Amino acid sequence: MAMMAIDERTNLGGLEMATPLATASGTFGYGTEYLGAVDYSSLGAITVKGIRLCEWPGNNMPRHVEVPGGMVNAIGLQGPGIEKFLSHYLKQYSEKVSPKMIVNIWGGEIAEYAEVARRIDEAAKTTKEGAVIGAIECNVSCPNVKAGGHTFGQDPTILNKLVTEVRKATTLPLIVKLAPNFPDIRPYIKACEDGGADALSMINTIPAMVIDIENRRPVLANRTGGLSGRGIHPVAVKVVYDAYRATKLPILAMGGVYDARSAIELFLAGATAVALGSAIFTSPSVVGEVRQGILDYCRRHAFKAVKDLTGALEQ
Amino acid sequence: MVDTKAKVVVHEEVGTLYHHLVLEESRMAQDLRPGQFIHLKVPALEPSALRRPFSVFCADAKLGRLEVLYKTVGRGTKALNRVEVGDLLEVEGPLGKGFPEKCDGWALLVGGGYGVAPLYFLAKRLKEFGHEKVILFVGGRTKADLLALDRFASLGVEVCAATEDGSMGTKGFAVVPLDERIAQLRRSGENFELFACGPDGLLKAISDRAVSLGAPGWISTDRHMICGVGACFACIQKTVNGNSRCCVDGPVFAAKDLIWQ
Repeated sequence: MAMMAIDERTNLGGLEMATPLATASGTFGYGTEYLGAVDYSSLGAITVKGIRLCEWPGNNMPRHVEVPGGMVNAIGLQGPGIEKFLSHYLKQYSEKVSPKMIVNIWGGEIAEYAEVARRIDEAAKTTKEGAVIGAIECNVSCPNVKAGGHTFGQDPTILNKLVTEVRKATTLPLIVKLAPNFPDIRPYIKACEDGGADALSMINTIPAMVIDIENRRPVLANRTGGLSGRGIHPVAVKVVYDAYRATKLPILAMGGVYDARSAIELFLAGATAVALGSAIFTSPSVVGEVRQGILDYCRRHAFKAVKDLTGALEQ
Repeated sequence: MVDTKAKVVVHEEVGTLYHHLVLEESRMAQDLRPGQFIHLKVPALEPSALRRPFSVFCADAKLGRLEVLYKTVGRGTKALNRVEVGDLLEVEGPLGKGFPEKCDGWALLVGGGYGVAPLYFLAKRLKEFGHEKVILFVGGRTKADLLALDRFASLGVEVCAATEDGSMGTKGFAVVPLDERIAQLRRSGENFELFACGPDGLLKAISDRAVSLGAPGWISTDRHMICGVGACFACIQKTVNGNSRCCVDGPVFAAKDLIWQ
């Protein structure tokens, strides 16, 4: 018996994806590192590690610690800066891989976000290798750098200004990555909507800390970090569920996706696309397995398209 | 690099703290070079646990086997102890940059504890390429920490041992017999290169010697890793190039490029 073909295509705020799966920023380098281990044909997009204008060294070691259900990291957004990203990493990616690239950006001030966005927009429209760029994702929620990231995402007024300025700098689909720890997410979503965002992504890591009780010191050199991994999945489901009911913007959901079931939960909560992160560290083959599991689920439950899963929660 | 499943064909205790693990994976065995590493998923840990990096003790392309010599130090290696012959392990490799497989003059290999593992693979390759001038300087707390000496001996490698408690070889660190030999070689005007793997204190000591003597030094660093492929930037070593990733820019670095803090 021929298996029912499931339509996997989706549209994330203008970003056309061949499958609804992506990778989370910071877990997938600049896109080519996992060649040979990850099934790239299962990915509708990949997200690169955060880029700012200049090269950035990141935090001191240790930068991560394993905990039950995941890990806490404070890498600190180490990165090559926009010049080297465009001349080296983007070129390398476009020559080797085909899924659309989401470029994650950050900065020390709003003007820096806007300038990085402008440079990416320019590369996307004027260079051959730039054709692979599908969207820009603004990181306003990294818990591990003092100057940038998190501070912009914690005040709706500042967040709105940031999104507005980045919006002026690019016509690419604009995704804003939000923190998981707001008492009420609605003002932040409205700030993004009013500023002209095309999509939201959530959740970033959850601020966390691990202490070595023998020497009475924090384990991470940065003292605190962000929790990721399987353990944060129910938090992600709740945040996506709240966000879906508060906005019409499509949601790129992530947080503890380790199998098809955890991905499907996020779709049902309201996600348009789902990203994998820490799970790839554990088993690169998880990407293909999650895709297959989603297709099997759609067949079992008579969904003709994966996008029909979005928000398909029984009331 | 491949991500695959490999069958365990040998898994035995070596003394009380160490294990010898042999995996069957022909493609990996063929591609592996000394100083490179593999990333293992430990089946007895929870499914979401991170993989663990292991340097390769030996890879035999003909037999299609690769060997690992590991010390039980934490949760991951403790769980790995429970793996049995016949089990299939998820493994990724070869990963990272290894040692150069050539040497001008004497190859002085310096290993601390299980740090001798990749040095054995290196010694074997150097010998296969007809390089006869290979000496191993090996140190440990006690005799039980000196591993695989019979394997080095069967390659015809001269072994200079040192133990902190004096239970075997020179009493003290491996650098004691090393410094004596370096002095001899310098007196007779012979070239040498240093290759080291072991705890950071030893690596720094060997790095400093290589730099101050103007000899090439090749240092294999040991860091906790997450991805093993350069994607996450967790395993950093400071170098003249900034924060380098041990998993792809290393684990073997040129001594002159390393910055120790």
